[in-house]
Amino acid sequence: MEEHLVDWSRAQFALTAIYHFLFVPLTLGLGFIVAIMETIYVRTGSEEWKKITKFWMTLFAINFAIGVATGLIMEFEFGTNWANYSWFVGDIFGAPLAVEGILAFFMESTFFAVMFFGWNKVGKRFHLVSTWLVAVGSNLSALWILVANGWMQYPVGMTFNPDTVRNEMTNFWEVLFSPVAISKFLHTIGSGYMVSALFVTGISAWYLLRNRDVLFAKRSMIVGATFGFVASLFLTLSGDESAHQVALKQPVKLAAMEGLYEGRESAGIVAVGILNGDKNLTNDLEPYHFEIEIPYALSLLGYHDANAYVPGLRDLVYGNEERGIISTAEKMRRGRIAVNALEAYKEAKKGGDILKAAEAKKLLDENMKYFGYGHIKAAEDVVPPIALTFYTFHIMVTLGGWFLLLFALLLFYVTKRDISAYPLLLRSALWSIPLGYIAAEAGWIVAEVGRQPWAIQDLMPVGIAATKIATTNVQISFWLFAILFTLLLIAEIRIMTKQIKIGPEGGH
Amino acid sequence: MNSIISVYRFYLDGFKNMKIGKALWKIIAFKLLVIFLFLNYFIHDRSINTEYRTQQQKADFVYNNLIGER
Repeated sequence: MEEHLVDWSRAQFALTAIYHFLFVPLTLGLGFIVAIMETIYVRTGSEEWKKITKFWMTLFAINFAIGVATGLIMEFEFGTNWANYSWFVGDIFGAPLAVEGILAFFMESTFFAVMFFGWNKVGKRFHLVSTWLVAVGSNLSALWILVANGWMQYPVGMTFNPDTVRNEMTNFWEVLFSPVAISKFLHTIGSGYMVSALFVTGISAWYLLRNRDVLFAKRSMIVGATFGFVASLFLTLSGDESAHQVALKQPVKLAAMEGLYEGRESAGIVAVGILNGDKNLTNDLEPYHFEIEIPYALSLLGYHDANAYVPGLRDLVYGNEERGIISTAEKMRRGRIAVNALEAYKEAKKGGDILKAAEAKKLLDENMKYFGYGHIKAAEDVVPPIALTFYTFHIMVTLGGWFLLLFALLLFYVTKRDISAYPLLLRSALWSIPLGYIAAEAGWIVAEVGRQPWAIQDLMPVGIAATKIATTNVQISFWLFAILFTLLLIAEIRIMTKQIKIGPEGGH
Repeated sequence: MNSIISVYRFYLDGFKNMKIGKALWKIIAFKLLVIFLFLNYFIHDRSINTEYRTQQQKADFVYNNLIGER
């Protein structure tokens, strides 16, 4: 496959996924924040809480309307740019996405209408239930998408059928409850909650800085900061589990996240560091120009054991017999056996030689877990872009730490002090809104760039997953998507800003 | 029948009384137009489903790509 084309297809998917995920986090978290606010309104009967609920609901609706269907573009791309991949994954990817589509369309859309149009037309409690169902529905939609993504990171619950050249689901529950899928789901929705909490606290801070709608802003701040503080703790736990799963299932990704070339016991985490760009797998240069390390932390994070051995990139590429790590060259050998066995099976079936077909099938089954390595050209190709993976991981973690601190401070000052007297804290909250998006996108970059070159871990590299189409088509659609999404983003920011300036009295 | 009419009125009133929603609907319509019409017919006009009719043809196409790219 022409590398230029693969890179453009890859860039196009990355662009659409990154832009799509600008809209998703707010839908995931703001729905719950609004539901909590409305619950307070229903329980207290306070008109102020109704006003607060309606204001944030309007912003939720703006984000929902502009973001809706942006994910459809990715589904188009599966069919056009990633035809080999789409076929190869079979119903495993299709089933969760179909459930997602049904849930998103019927559950969210139906109750969204009640939530948005139903004030004073349906009972308070029915309205409240609808609001909660919109929040739950959007998170359930995310579950199915992340189950599909989790399967790509750790393919389970299926067998490969050489007759149809497809993977067939053999155990739905194994796919659904895959530890990678679950930890990915929890960490992703957690990041959505955090972005939403930053959004609410940041905008509330804006009102307080202008001394406008003070009661509204303080009450919103209390809900946002509480939600954000809990979400940050939840993110810490889900991030820990996520890293543990990466260590077990995708050790190359973990090594890239830390720029770890040499494996070691009691490995520390680089809290702050600058990678040495000249370092590679074969030279003996220092991996960092500068680093501050937290001892034992990587062993603890990856294996929940402070003394555990964390394999480095050199172990994973060239093998380490002492540690029982097989080399990529060996995996490539087994992968080629699998690919050749597939060909032998097909030829035998065509020639009607049942015995030979059975032998080839046995060989294929034995080596299928390395099938993708049969398409890898050089062992070093299994290493993802280290700098991008390393820096995005550290940006995500550093910002996550800052958000936890910020929410704790906001919560303290809004409940125990007059927060309006602390403009620096309020400005920090306001400027943390974009930081939340940066952290969430950085997380996705770690997850997706860190698993390169695989479209499906160990089974299909990206170069094989791509469709041979005209590069010009991909380039044109890349720029069209870039323009479309940028316009949508500008529209979102403008409409949101206008609505925020109007304030809670504006209605929807 | 009455319930269908009341649901219809519920939506009708909801859409009529929207302030910000009208702008949002324009954006949604524009977006769907771009996605479904332009991209589908002019850019993404070819896919495995348009090029091959039977399941076997599609399987053979992918098989050849898997074998051919060793």
